[in-house]
Amino acid sequence: MAHDAVLHPPTSTGLDNRKLAIWTFIGSECLFFATLISTYVVYKGQSLNGPYPHEDWTNPATGKVMERVFSIPLVTFGTAVLLFSSFFVVLALNGLQRGKQKQFIGWLSATVVCGLFFIGMQVYEFTHFVTEKGLGFTTNLFGSSFFTLTGFHGTHVSIGVLWLATLLYLGLRGKMGPEKALNLEIAALYWHFVDVVWIVIFPVVYLMK
Amino acid sequence: MSDMSATHTEGHSHPGWQLYVTIAIILFALTAMEVGAYEIAERGMTGTFGTFVSQMVVEILLVLSAAKFALVAMFYMHLKQDHKLFSGLFVFPLLLAIFVVLVLFGLFFYNRGQNGIWNMPPWS
Amino acid sequence: MSTAHESTGIKSWLTTVDHKRIGILYGASAFVFFLIGGLEALMIRWQLHAPEQTFLSPDKYNQLFTMHGTTMIFLGIMPLSAMFFNYMIPLQIGARDVAFPRLNAFSYWTFLLGGLLLNASFLFNAAPNAGWFGYANLTSKQYSPGLNTDFWVAGLQILGVASLAAAVNFTVTILNLRASGMKMLRLPVFTWMSLITQILLLLSFPIITVALIMLMYDRFFGTSFFSPGGGGDPLLWQHLFWLFGHPEVYILILPAFGIISEILPVFSRKPLFGYTAMVFSGCFIAFLGFGVWSHHMFAVGMGPVADTVFSLMTMLIAVPTGVKIFNWIGTVWGGSLQMKTPMYFALGFIAMFIIGGLSGVMHSVAPADLQQTDSYFVVAHFHYVMFGGSIFSLVAGGYYWWPKMFGRVLDETLGKVHFWMMLIGFNLTFFPMHFLGLNGMPRRVYTYAAGLGFETDNLIATIGAFTIASSFAVFLWNVIKTSRRPADAPADPWNGATLEWSIPSPPQHFNFAELPTVDSRDAWWAAKRKMGGFAPEPKHYPEDAVHMPNPSWWPLVTASGILIFFIGLILGVVVPVMLLGGAVLLTGIYRWAFEPAFS
Repeated sequence: MAHDAVLHPPTSTGLDNRKLAIWTFIGSECLFFATLISTYVVYKGQSLNGPYPHEDWTNPATGKVMERVFSIPLVTFGTAVLLFSSFFVVLALNGLQRGKQKQFIGWLSATVVCGLFFIGMQVYEFTHFVTEKGLGFTTNLFGSSFFTLTGFHGTHVSIGVLWLATLLYLGLRGKMGPEKALNLEIAALYWHFVDVVWIVIFPVVYLMK
Repeated sequence: MSDMSATHTEGHSHPGWQLYVTIAIILFALTAMEVGAYEIAERGMTGTFGTFVSQMVVEILLVLSAAKFALVAMFYMHLKQDHKLFSGLFVFPLLLAIFVVLVLFGLFFYNRGQNGIWNMPPWS
Repeated sequence: MSTAHESTGIKSWLTTVDHKRIGILYGASAFVFFLIGGLEALMIRWQLHAPEQTFLSPDKYNQLFTMHGTTMIFLGIMPLSAMFFNYMIPLQIGARDVAFPRLNAFSYWTFLLGGLLLNASFLFNAAPNAGWFGYANLTSKQYSPGLNTDFWVAGLQILGVASLAAAVNFTVTILNLRASGMKMLRLPVFTWMSLITQILLLLSFPIITVALIMLMYDRFFGTSFFSPGGGGDPLLWQHLFWLFGHPEVYILILPAFGIISEILPVFSRKPLFGYTAMVFSGCFIAFLGFGVWSHHMFAVGMGPVADTVFSLMTMLIAVPTGVKIFNWIGTVWGGSLQMKTPMYFALGFIAMFIIGGLSGVMHSVAPADLQQTDSYFVVAHFHYVMFGGSIFSLVAGGYYWWPKMFGRVLDETLGKVHFWMMLIGFNLTFFPMHFLGLNGMPRRVYTYAAGLGFETDNLIATIGAFTIASSFAVFLWNVIKTSRRPADAPADPWNGATLEWSIPSPPQHFNFAELPTVDSRDAWWAAKRKMGGFAPEPKHYPEDAVHMPNPSWWPLVTASGILIFFIGLILGVVVPVMLLGGAVLLTGIYRWAFEPAFS
């Protein structure tokens, strides 16, 4: 339509404004997480007291032995869940683009469930650290840098879950069709980025000593 | 607003779900290898393979996680098929991010005298 | 409001999504903040005009120099640049607006609310007082128990959100909304430098965001990110701050470089010398700008290897900067010079910036910097580049683009008076500071003893500062006087080279009735050549010829949510207030997302 052509001239790069915007934002977020990761790395081994991530520590004041904090099996499971959620959202997008509503709704629901599960795992992990392992936010540099880094990652996951859940809701109300696929694509890019950040955090924080 | 674009703007054909499943399996396998390397180093496994992994565990983890990162970025985030501008918008900040982490690491560990040939106290 | 007709009244300004109105809002707010920052400077200079003065207490002095720096950088230079990004970029690339008009409005309101929060601290006699760079662990709760640093942290975080949103917006706009035929290497240099600036913003602001978060955690929750007592390292703050802070100074100067690169060709009647070199040197400066940050830290004890590397990198960055200066000179050389006010300020910029650059190169020599650092020599250097550089250029841009924005040309005679008074006042203020610094006067001191040889230079500097202030009074008088004249400026009063001069002054709200097609650099000069060297006044079209996006309340609402959240934080982590802020923020975002952009 002439009205449309005047309103929406084709873009100079041929690429959608919003897709360009989300990638620009993701680039910026790389620096955000780089700073958090740098802080964790710089303070590795610098805590004045335990508990520590990978070894037990005897509190000199009380004589009590405080166990190493990390539970690798739990976090590995959470990592796998997050990885699969990326896989699921790709399938959901695929379904939406091809007009296969059931596939779209099903896989998007699975993604949201995975996201909620990951958050649940983190909440459990954090609570366990504080109540059972004696590692609080201010206990030592390890606690501060760990909770800040993984806490901000978890916040990003939560925002992603909210975003995807909103699109799921719209889908269930019948408002998402192939012409709206870009909306899911953009949310999915954000979701993948959040997964990719965890791909870095998992080995650097949990697996490296 | 992209009412011009209908399903997608790039005009390439979508990879089928088979590719995505393959990537998912590879990602899972790489994660298993990461945990495996950690456990080998943790338990101090002996033998050539065991000692090699134990000594190189940091490097192995970095390589494995980089591979996972690349797979998700290239295939799930479609960077491989998409316009190169998207890759540019991502890779440049990513390289800068890696630079920042490495340089801060270097500057702080230099001053702790933990770095071999750089083991000079400041202002010596 | 279902039509996007430009209307008058407060509501139309609060809900505007028109980049031109947003530009004017940025400019007006920034100018007021600039005057406040100037007042702070005058008070500082009055305190220092003679030894042992008691006009200001030490604490008040600390608040004033901190706020002067913070205000001039974040509430002065950056939003003045934003005024030009907003008004001119869409016009220069031949677009009707930016890529995301509501996000644009959101950036403005967030900036304004952040700036107001920062200045509200004066009402509590708790203005930030630990320097604009907030070094740890002076900023810890232990050494800064009051609200001052809390205001600073909150204010900067809010401003950071505004800058990041704008950076995403302008990056997409410049990449995606160019007129047909406007390839990247045909972009006006101002737009190019602005693009590079946006990328610097995107990459540097997240770093300070994290640093501020960690400082906030230290202050509110008792972590020890920067406190030695808990194992933390105050140097981590310095590294993170300057990893942001050094790119920040390029953010402050690159738009200025762009403005000068527009003005010199027009007023020399000659194309810019070495366009490609100008573009690539700008990219190179930005890139290298991430490799020099520790030149602010030569005296902290990083060790000889680090000091050498940063020293060399800093010297290296002088090279692309030099390329630009030679290209500007090459532009003017042999040109038919039109000595109008914008040209005076542009030429003044070149001279002043060269001086600032030279003192910068002196700083780059780490052993020499050991004496210069934390002395008035640094104060001289950065004022030469930020005032002599950025402000001279922004003022030049103001005179240059005034007719386009307001339909009136500012008075030439008053403009020249402004220029000479500002040039003389500026040099009187800051040139003596080179000597003060080399003779040993430290920075950030509220007074100095008699008999150290500092008296004369300080007195001259104070006289200079009041001269600068008077020059701005002349400017204000010029603005008022000009506003009384009818808005009858032609579309193209200067015989401009770029597309903004092809539409009426001021433009109609849709900018271009028909989007232009371009086939070379200096697109408007090229178009005029095709028309026989002269273009008639552009047509006026009916206001509803083009349907533009609707106004919206949601950007302002969303920005308010952020402000409320941070107020809750400053008050002492008052969770209900923070939750309210979060609710307002979420409501704003959702209503925004579901509101159609057009009716």
